[in-house]
Amino acid sequence: MGNSSDQKWRGFRRFLKNRLAVVSFFFIAWISLMAVFAPMVTHYTYDEQNISERLQTPSTTHWLGTDHLGRDVYSRIVYGAQMSLEVGLFTALFALIIGTLTGAIAGYKGGWVDHVIMRIVDLFYTFPSLLLAILLMLLLGRGVTGIVLALGLTAWVVQARLVRGQVLQAREMAYVEAARAMGVRDAVVIFRHILPNLWGPIIVSLTMQIPSNIMSESFLSFIGLGIQPPYSSWGTLANEGFRAMRSYPHLIIFPGGVLFLTMLAFNYLGDGLRDWLDPQGERGI
Amino acid sequence: MLTYTIRRLGSAIPLLFLLAAMTFFLLRLAPGGPFDGDRAWPPEVKANIERQYGLDLPIHIQFGKWVYGAVQGDLKTSFQFVDRPVTEIIAGTLPVSIYLGTAALLFSILVGVPLGAAAAARQNTWIDNVAMFIATSGISIPSYLVASLLVIVFALWMPWFPPALWEEPSSVVLPALTLAWRPMAMIARLTRASMLETFRADFVRTAHSKGVPEAQVIFKHVLKNSLIPIITLMGPIVANLLTGSFLVEFVFEIPGMGKHFVHAVLNRDYPLVMGVTLVYAVILVASNMFVDLVYAWVDPRIRLER
Repeated sequence: MGNSSDQKWRGFRRFLKNRLAVVSFFFIAWISLMAVFAPMVTHYTYDEQNISERLQTPSTTHWLGTDHLGRDVYSRIVYGAQMSLEVGLFTALFALIIGTLTGAIAGYKGGWVDHVIMRIVDLFYTFPSLLLAILLMLLLGRGVTGIVLALGLTAWVVQARLVRGQVLQAREMAYVEAARAMGVRDAVVIFRHILPNLWGPIIVSLTMQIPSNIMSESFLSFIGLGIQPPYSSWGTLANEGFRAMRSYPHLIIFPGGVLFLTMLAFNYLGDGLRDWLDPQGERGI
Repeated sequence: MLTYTIRRLGSAIPLLFLLAAMTFFLLRLAPGGPFDGDRAWPPEVKANIERQYGLDLPIHIQFGKWVYGAVQGDLKTSFQFVDRPVTEIIAGTLPVSIYLGTAALLFSILVGVPLGAAAAARQNTWIDNVAMFIATSGISIPSYLVASLLVIVFALWMPWFPPALWEEPSSVVLPALTLAWRPMAMIARLTRASMLETFRADFVRTAHSKGVPEAQVIFKHVLKNSLIPIITLMGPIVANLLTGSFLVEFVFEIPGMGKHFVHAVLNRDYPLVMGVTLVYAVILVASNMFVDLVYAWVDPRIRLER
């Protein structure tokens, strides 16, 4: 055991040496704190209009300028972070739960159960995920809940494949065989013995899922199918900014830029975490 | 090989059927119908219209009728564009989307492969760092930001290309670049990873030790053998181009199929949504199949009979 915990420490030290990953971690932590404490770090609310101050370029009163209704862009981006990060996190968790359950059951049970679950997974893989999300949102509504459920229902298949593969490997391990030989119930073997050993790859895939969901949400909101005004996410801000882009490029460059930096940070953090927690894992593309 | 091809074709049909069924029932379960727009219709008129389009029939019969028509190449007429057959709308918009997608695909391969190869050949140097920064940025940047920056720089500051619309040959440039950005990054990252793996292979060491020049090893031995995994990426890339085209066509006001899909969904134009989804699914299923076949053809070690 000492040996394995030594390895963990070595992995953690290697992670700390990956400067990009550490900086990314702090960037994400900073953005998240800003989002959580939005009312304390902004001077305006997301929907406070001031027509006499519309379409201003950045200044000391409005750090990132104002939009066509005189709303403060900086405040809207901070409040937008709440929405975008919330959707990213909850969608990833939702997909994680469904994907882990189905993947673990498919991998552990094998046989026809595995076959049926994997055919369903294949079906979802063939369906372009955003197309499916758009259709699902007709049913689930365009609020935060609708988006989280719709994106989650398209994203779980990635998780299911990952967990199934890992469980298939784990099933052949001696400790699982021992547990089964002692007559431990299937559910207990899966949840108490197998899954706790897979937390590394699962955390890594969670870090990869969050940004892809934030991106999908911003995509949907940008084309007008996601979060509806007056609420704002980074995608809705970009949509409003895009219409005014020719004269006021700051309206799209700021929200788009913040999303870009956040995605970049999640990608670097994910790479770093994979080196630490899941060294044999597949390289991302 | 032939039996495999036939079997794959056989398995594609139930897959397409299930996809169509899923879309059909999802659409119908959703609240709102095609004819409850802003104007409130008198109930008799609405009932008449619904009868005309067969919307009064039980839903499984409607689906059966749709499948029966689809098999014969009849995708019904659109609700939005009265009296225009869905097949006609698709025939008018699909070529635009395919042209755009092909241009983007070519660009992403022509830039992505050299970028990844340069990074791998000079691993851990500044070339590698810059190339990988470009690639990681490419998968991190939202495509509307790419579109905006391209338009601001190459259409407004330097008016080289039209900022939108689909009127002249150069109209394709900015949308295709926007669409290509992400696949380009994916290809570059995979090329690099795949080449680094091949560098460790025995035949590369042999080539080095018998004195083959570095450049020749990289191009003839490593790059050539590293391109095989990239073929498998074509499936996800085609999917990416398809959904990416929604946004790009929306942003650049291009009369392609993606733009229609979004409007058709919002207007509950059932036949048009069904038709466009079916075309997308066929393209995806076909490209996945093509990838598997090409993969088996270039690398005989891969057993298809799993």
